[in-house]
Amino acid sequence: MEMVHPHPPALAHQFDDLDQQRDAATLGMWVFLVTEVLFFGGLFLTYSVYRSWYPQAFAASSHELVVWAGTLNTAVLITSSLTMALAVHAAQTGERRPMLMFLIITMLLGATFLGVKAFEYYTEYAEHHIPGLDFRFEPEYFRHAQIFFSLYFMMTGLHALHMVIGLGIMSVMLWWAWRGTITAEYYSPIEISGLYWHFVDIVWIFLFPLLYLIGRHVH
Amino acid sequence: MSTDHIVPKRTYYIIFAVLLLCTYLTWQVAYFDLGALNTVAALTIAVFKATLVVLFFMHVKYSPRLTWIVVLGSVFWLGILLSLTLTDYVTRPWRTYG
Repeated sequence: MEMVHPHPPALAHQFDDLDQQRDAATLGMWVFLVTEVLFFGGLFLTYSVYRSWYPQAFAASSHELVVWAGTLNTAVLITSSLTMALAVHAAQTGERRPMLMFLIITMLLGATFLGVKAFEYYTEYAEHHIPGLDFRFEPEYFRHAQIFFSLYFMMTGLHALHMVIGLGIMSVMLWWAWRGTITAEYYSPIEISGLYWHFVDIVWIFLFPLLYLIGRHVH
Repeated sequence: MSTDHIVPKRTYYIIFAVLLLCTYLTWQVAYFDLGALNTVAALTIAVFKATLVVLFFMHVKYSPRLTWIVVLGSVFWLGILLSLTLTDYVTRPWRTYG
Protein backbone atom coordinates (compact mmCIF):
# COMPACT_ATOMS: atom_id res chain seq x y z
CA MET A 1 0.00 0.00 0.00
CA GLU A 2 1.36 3.39 -1.04
CA MET A 3 0.53 5.88 1.73
CA VAL A 4 2.50 8.98 0.73
CA HIS A 5 0.75 11.99 -0.74
CA PRO A 6 1.63 12.18 -4.42
CA HIS A 7 0.76 15.90 -4.55
CA PRO A 8 1.86 19.13 -2.83
CA PRO A 9 0.31 19.72 0.63
CA ALA A 10 -1.45 22.92 -0.55
CA LEU A 11 -3.30 21.02 -3.30
CA ALA A 12 -6.86 19.95 -2.50
CA HIS A 13 -7.47 16.44 -3.84
CA GLN A 14 -10.33 17.40 -6.21
CA PHE A 15 -7.89 19.35 -8.41
CA ASP A 16 -5.41 17.93 -10.91
CA ASP A 17 -2.68 20.41 -10.08
CA LEU A 18 -1.97 23.77 -8.43
CA ASP A 19 -2.61 25.70 -11.65
CA GLN A 20 -6.11 24.27 -11.97
CA GLN A 21 -6.80 24.94 -8.28
CA ARG A 22 -5.66 28.54 -8.64
CA ASP A 23 -7.70 29.10 -11.82
CA ALA A 24 -10.80 27.70 -10.10
CA ALA A 25 -10.38 30.06 -7.13
CA THR A 26 -9.87 33.08 -9.39
CA LEU A 27 -12.85 32.18 -11.57
CA GLY A 28 -15.08 31.76 -8.51
CA MET A 29 -14.08 35.20 -7.25
CA TRP A 30 -14.79 36.76 -10.65
CA VAL A 31 -18.27 35.22 -10.75
CA PHE A 32 -18.92 36.79 -7.34
CA LEU A 33 -17.63 40.14 -8.63
CA VAL A 34 -20.11 39.95 -11.54
CA THR A 35 -22.93 39.86 -8.97
CA GLU A 36 -21.29 42.84 -7.25
CA VAL A 37 -21.19 44.78 -10.53
CA LEU A 38 -24.94 44.29 -10.91
CA PHE A 39 -25.53 45.03 -7.21
CA PHE A 40 -23.91 48.47 -7.58
CA GLY A 41 -25.37 48.68 -11.10
CA GLY A 42 -28.87 49.13 -9.68
CA LEU A 43 -27.74 52.23 -7.83
CA PHE A 44 -25.91 53.62 -10.86
CA LEU A 45 -29.08 53.05 -12.88
CA THR A 46 -31.23 54.91 -10.33
CA TYR A 47 -28.68 57.72 -10.35
CA SER A 48 -28.82 57.91 -14.17
CA VAL A 49 -32.63 58.10 -14.27
CA TYR A 50 -32.92 60.83 -11.62
CA ARG A 51 -30.00 62.80 -12.99
CA SER A 52 -31.59 62.78 -16.46
CA TRP A 53 -34.79 64.14 -14.86
CA TYR A 54 -33.24 66.79 -12.58
CA PRO A 55 -29.86 67.79 -14.06
CA GLN A 56 -29.79 71.28 -12.49
CA ALA A 57 -30.67 70.05 -9.00
CA PHE A 58 -28.00 67.34 -9.30
CA ALA A 59 -25.37 69.83 -10.45
CA ALA A 60 -26.22 72.26 -7.63
CA SER A 61 -26.12 69.43 -5.05
CA SER A 62 -22.88 67.99 -6.39
CA HIS A 63 -21.32 71.43 -6.01
CA GLU A 64 -21.91 71.22 -2.23
CA LEU A 65 -19.71 68.14 -1.77
CA VAL A 66 -16.14 68.51 -0.46
CA VAL A 67 -14.36 68.07 -3.78
CA TRP A 68 -10.80 68.10 -2.40
CA ALA A 69 -11.72 65.26 -0.04
CA GLY A 70 -13.17 63.19 -2.89
CA THR A 71 -10.08 63.81 -5.03
CA LEU A 72 -7.75 62.98 -2.16
CA ASN A 73 -9.67 59.77 -1.46
CA THR A 74 -9.41 58.76 -5.12
CA ALA A 75 -5.62 59.09 -4.89
CA VAL A 76 -5.60 57.21 -1.56
CA LEU A 77 -7.57 54.28 -3.05
CA ILE A 78 -5.45 54.10 -6.20
CA THR A 79 -2.32 54.05 -4.03
CA SER A 80 -3.87 51.27 -1.92
CA SER A 81 -4.51 49.31 -5.12
CA LEU A 82 -0.81 49.65 -5.98
CA THR A 83 0.29 48.41 -2.54
CA MET A 84 -2.29 45.59 -2.78
CA ALA A 85 -0.82 44.51 -6.13
CA LEU A 86 2.66 44.67 -4.59
CA ALA A 87 1.49 42.53 -1.64
CA VAL A 88 0.22 39.88 -4.11
CA HIS A 89 3.51 40.16 -6.01
CA ALA A 90 5.44 39.55 -2.77
CA ALA A 91 3.21 36.54 -2.02
CA GLN A 92 3.88 35.11 -5.50
CA THR A 93 7.62 35.44 -5.05
CA GLY A 94 7.52 34.14 -1.48
CA GLU A 95 8.84 37.32 0.15
CA ARG A 96 7.21 37.25 3.57
CA ARG A 97 8.33 40.60 5.02
CA PRO A 98 7.39 42.77 1.99
CA MET A 99 4.07 40.91 1.84
CA LEU A 100 3.29 41.76 5.48
CA MET A 101 4.48 45.35 4.99
CA PHE A 102 2.39 45.97 1.87
CA LEU A 103 -0.69 44.41 3.47
CA ILE A 104 -0.33 46.74 6.45
CA ILE A 105 0.15 49.80 4.20
CA THR A 106 -2.92 48.78 2.17
CA MET A 107 -4.98 48.55 5.35
CA LEU A 108 -3.70 51.90 6.62
CA LEU A 109 -4.67 53.53 3.30
CA GLY A 110 -8.11 51.88 3.51
CA ALA A 111 -8.53 53.27 7.03
CA THR A 112 -7.40 56.70 5.80
CA PHE A 113 -10.09 56.59 3.12
CA LEU A 114 -12.75 55.83 5.75
CA GLY A 115 -11.43 58.62 7.98
CA VAL A 116 -11.71 61.18 5.19
CA LYS A 117 -15.19 59.84 4.37
CA ALA A 118 -16.24 60.23 8.01
CA PHE A 119 -15.00 63.84 7.92
CA GLU A 120 -17.11 64.44 4.81
CA TYR A 121 -20.21 62.87 6.37
CA TYR A 122 -19.73 65.09 9.41
CA THR A 123 -19.40 68.17 7.17
CA GLU A 124 -22.63 67.22 5.37
CA TYR A 125 -24.36 66.69 8.71
CA ALA A 126 -23.21 70.11 9.92
CA GLU A 127 -24.42 71.75 6.69
CA HIS A 128 -27.86 70.09 6.96
CA HIS A 129 -27.38 68.06 3.79
CA ILE A 130 -28.61 64.74 5.18
CA PRO A 131 -32.19 64.09 3.99
CA GLY A 132 -34.50 63.59 6.97
CA LEU A 133 -32.22 65.39 9.45
CA ASP A 134 -33.46 68.98 9.14
CA PHE A 135 -32.44 69.11 5.47
CA ARG A 136 -31.78 72.61 4.13
CA PHE A 137 -31.12 73.72 0.58
CA GLU A 138 -31.93 76.58 -1.77
CA PRO A 139 -35.74 76.52 -2.23
CA GLU A 140 -35.65 75.96 -6.00
CA TYR A 141 -33.94 72.59 -5.63
CA PHE A 142 -35.08 71.65 -2.11
CA ARG A 143 -36.99 68.50 -3.12
CA HIS A 144 -34.74 67.16 -5.84
CA ALA A 145 -31.51 67.90 -3.99
CA GLN A 146 -32.73 65.38 -1.40
CA ILE A 147 -32.84 62.73 -4.12
CA PHE A 148 -29.21 63.50 -4.98
CA PHE A 149 -28.10 63.39 -1.35
CA SER A 150 -30.07 60.18 -0.70
CA LEU A 151 -28.27 58.55 -3.63
CA TYR A 152 -24.96 60.04 -2.49
CA PHE A 153 -25.29 58.53 0.98
CA MET A 154 -26.54 55.17 -0.32
CA MET A 155 -23.82 54.81 -2.95
CA THR A 156 -20.90 56.04 -0.84
CA GLY A 157 -22.33 54.21 2.19
CA LEU A 158 -22.52 50.88 0.36
CA HIS A 159 -19.02 51.53 -0.97
CA ALA A 160 -17.75 52.35 2.54
CA LEU A 161 -19.35 49.12 3.82
CA HIS A 162 -17.33 47.26 1.19
CA MET A 163 -14.19 49.03 2.41
CA VAL A 164 -14.92 47.90 5.98
CA ILE A 165 -15.44 44.30 4.78
CA GLY A 166 -12.23 44.64 2.73
CA LEU A 167 -10.33 45.68 5.87
CA GLY A 168 -11.76 42.61 7.64
CA ILE A 169 -10.59 40.34 4.80
CA MET A 170 -7.15 41.97 4.82
CA SER A 171 -6.90 41.41 8.59
CA VAL A 172 -7.39 37.68 7.97
CA MET A 173 -4.84 37.78 5.12
CA LEU A 174 -2.35 39.52 7.40
CA TRP A 175 -2.86 36.78 9.99
CA TRP A 176 -2.47 34.01 7.38
CA ALA A 177 0.61 35.68 5.90
CA TRP A 178 2.08 36.07 9.38
CA ARG A 179 1.59 32.42 10.41
CA GLY A 180 2.91 31.11 7.07
CA THR A 181 -0.28 29.84 5.41
CA ILE A 182 0.41 32.02 2.36
CA THR A 183 3.34 30.73 0.33
CA ALA A 184 4.69 31.12 -3.19
CA GLU A 185 2.91 27.82 -3.92
CA TYR A 186 -0.40 28.76 -2.28
CA TYR A 187 -1.22 32.44 -2.65
CA SER A 188 -4.79 32.22 -3.99
CA PRO A 189 -6.37 33.66 -0.82
CA ILE A 190 -4.36 36.88 -1.10
CA GLU A 191 -4.78 37.02 -4.89
CA ILE A 192 -8.59 36.83 -4.76
CA SER A 193 -8.77 39.16 -1.74
CA GLY A 194 -6.81 41.55 -3.92
CA LEU A 195 -9.41 41.17 -6.69
CA TYR A 196 -12.08 42.26 -4.19
CA TRP A 197 -9.98 45.24 -3.08
CA HIS A 198 -9.38 46.39 -6.67
CA PHE A 199 -13.08 46.00 -7.46
CA VAL A 200 -13.97 48.37 -4.61
CA ASP A 201 -11.40 50.79 -6.04
CA ILE A 202 -13.09 50.60 -9.46
CA VAL A 203 -16.50 51.43 -7.95
CA TRP A 204 -14.95 54.58 -6.48
CA ILE A 205 -13.34 55.46 -9.84
CA PHE A 206 -16.91 55.84 -11.16
CA LEU A 207 -18.47 57.35 -8.01
CA PHE A 208 -15.92 60.15 -7.85
CA PRO A 209 -16.72 61.98 -11.14
CA LEU A 210 -20.45 61.14 -11.06
CA LEU A 211 -21.01 62.47 -7.53
CA TYR A 212 -18.36 65.15 -6.97
CA LEU A 213 -17.61 66.67 -10.35
CA ILE A 214 -20.88 67.13 -12.25
CA GLY A 215 -21.56 70.69 -11.07
CA ARG A 216 -18.08 72.17 -11.13
CA HIS A 217 -18.30 74.14 -14.37
CA VAL A 218 -21.75 75.72 -13.84
CA HIS A 219 -21.22 77.59 -10.58
CA MET B 1 -2.79 29.28 -19.90
CA SER B 2 -2.39 29.63 -16.18
CA THR B 3 -2.90 32.51 -13.78
CA ASP B 4 0.54 31.84 -12.39
CA HIS B 5 2.10 34.79 -14.16
CA ILE B 6 4.16 37.23 -12.13
CA VAL B 7 3.74 40.77 -13.41
CA PRO B 8 6.94 42.84 -13.09
CA LYS B 9 6.75 45.54 -10.38
CA ARG B 10 7.69 48.13 -13.00
CA THR B 11 4.35 47.50 -14.77
CA TYR B 12 2.48 48.22 -11.53
CA TYR B 13 4.35 51.50 -11.01
CA ILE B 14 3.61 52.65 -14.58
CA ILE B 15 -0.11 51.81 -14.25
CA PHE B 16 -0.18 53.61 -10.89
CA ALA B 17 1.32 56.75 -12.45
CA VAL B 18 -1.16 56.69 -15.35
CA LEU B 19 -4.08 56.24 -12.92
CA LEU B 20 -2.99 59.24 -10.84
CA LEU B 21 -2.52 61.31 -14.00
CA CYS B 22 -6.04 60.38 -15.16
CA THR B 23 -7.46 61.32 -11.75
CA TYR B 24 -5.86 64.76 -12.05
CA LEU B 25 -7.18 65.05 -15.62
CA THR B 26 -10.79 64.12 -14.73
CA TRP B 27 -10.71 66.60 -11.83
CA GLN B 28 -9.37 69.47 -13.96
CA VAL B 29 -11.56 68.84 -17.02
CA ALA B 30 -14.66 69.11 -14.81
CA TYR B 31 -14.03 72.86 -14.39
CA PHE B 32 -14.36 73.56 -18.12
CA ASP B 33 -17.84 73.98 -19.54
CA LEU B 34 -18.02 71.41 -22.31
CA GLY B 35 -21.78 70.99 -22.23
CA ALA B 36 -22.85 67.37 -22.58
CA LEU B 37 -19.21 66.46 -23.24
CA ASN B 38 -18.37 66.94 -19.54
CA THR B 39 -20.15 63.69 -18.70
CA VAL B 40 -18.71 61.95 -21.76
CA ALA B 41 -15.18 63.01 -20.78
CA ALA B 42 -15.67 61.95 -17.14
CA LEU B 43 -17.03 58.53 -18.09
CA THR B 44 -14.42 57.94 -20.80
CA ILE B 45 -11.60 58.59 -18.32
CA ALA B 46 -13.33 56.43 -15.67
CA VAL B 47 -13.77 53.51 -18.10
CA PHE B 48 -10.11 53.85 -19.17
CA LYS B 49 -8.96 53.80 -15.53
CA ALA B 50 -11.19 50.83 -14.69
CA THR B 51 -9.85 48.93 -17.71
CA LEU B 52 -6.26 49.48 -16.58
CA VAL B 53 -7.09 48.23 -13.06
CA VAL B 54 -8.87 45.14 -14.44
CA LEU B 55 -6.17 44.24 -16.97
CA PHE B 56 -3.06 44.82 -14.86
CA PHE B 57 -3.82 45.06 -11.12
CA MET B 58 -6.44 42.29 -11.42
CA HIS B 59 -4.25 40.27 -13.83
CA VAL B 60 -7.00 39.68 -16.39
CA LYS B 61 -4.53 40.40 -19.21
CA TYR B 62 -2.66 37.27 -18.12
CA SER B 63 -5.74 35.18 -17.24
CA PRO B 64 -7.43 32.28 -19.08
CA ARG B 65 -10.13 32.89 -21.70
CA LEU B 66 -12.80 31.79 -19.26
CA THR B 67 -11.96 34.72 -16.97
CA TRP B 68 -12.21 37.09 -19.93
CA ILE B 69 -15.68 35.75 -20.74
CA VAL B 70 -16.86 36.24 -17.15
CA VAL B 71 -15.44 39.79 -16.99
CA LEU B 72 -16.99 40.77 -20.33
CA GLY B 73 -20.22 39.09 -19.17
CA SER B 74 -20.46 41.51 -16.23
CA VAL B 75 -20.08 44.46 -18.60
CA PHE B 76 -22.64 42.96 -20.99
CA TRP B 77 -25.28 42.40 -18.29
CA LEU B 78 -24.65 45.83 -16.79
CA GLY B 79 -25.20 47.19 -20.30
CA ILE B 80 -28.55 45.38 -20.53
CA LEU B 81 -29.58 46.71 -17.11
CA LEU B 82 -28.72 50.31 -17.99
CA SER B 83 -29.68 50.51 -21.66
CA LEU B 84 -32.99 48.65 -21.64
CA THR B 85 -34.22 50.43 -18.51
CA LEU B 86 -33.19 53.84 -19.82
CA THR B 87 -34.91 53.27 -23.17
CA ASP B 88 -38.10 53.10 -21.13
CA TYR B 89 -37.48 56.02 -18.76
CA VAL B 90 -36.19 58.54 -21.29
CA THR B 91 -39.03 57.94 -23.78
CA ARG B 92 -42.07 58.33 -21.50
CA PRO B 93 -43.96 61.61 -21.21
CA TRP B 94 -44.71 61.12 -17.48
CA ARG B 95 -41.11 61.91 -16.65
CA THR B 96 -42.06 65.58 -16.93
CA TYR B 97 -44.50 65.27 -14.02
CA GLY B 98 -41.88 63.94 -11.57
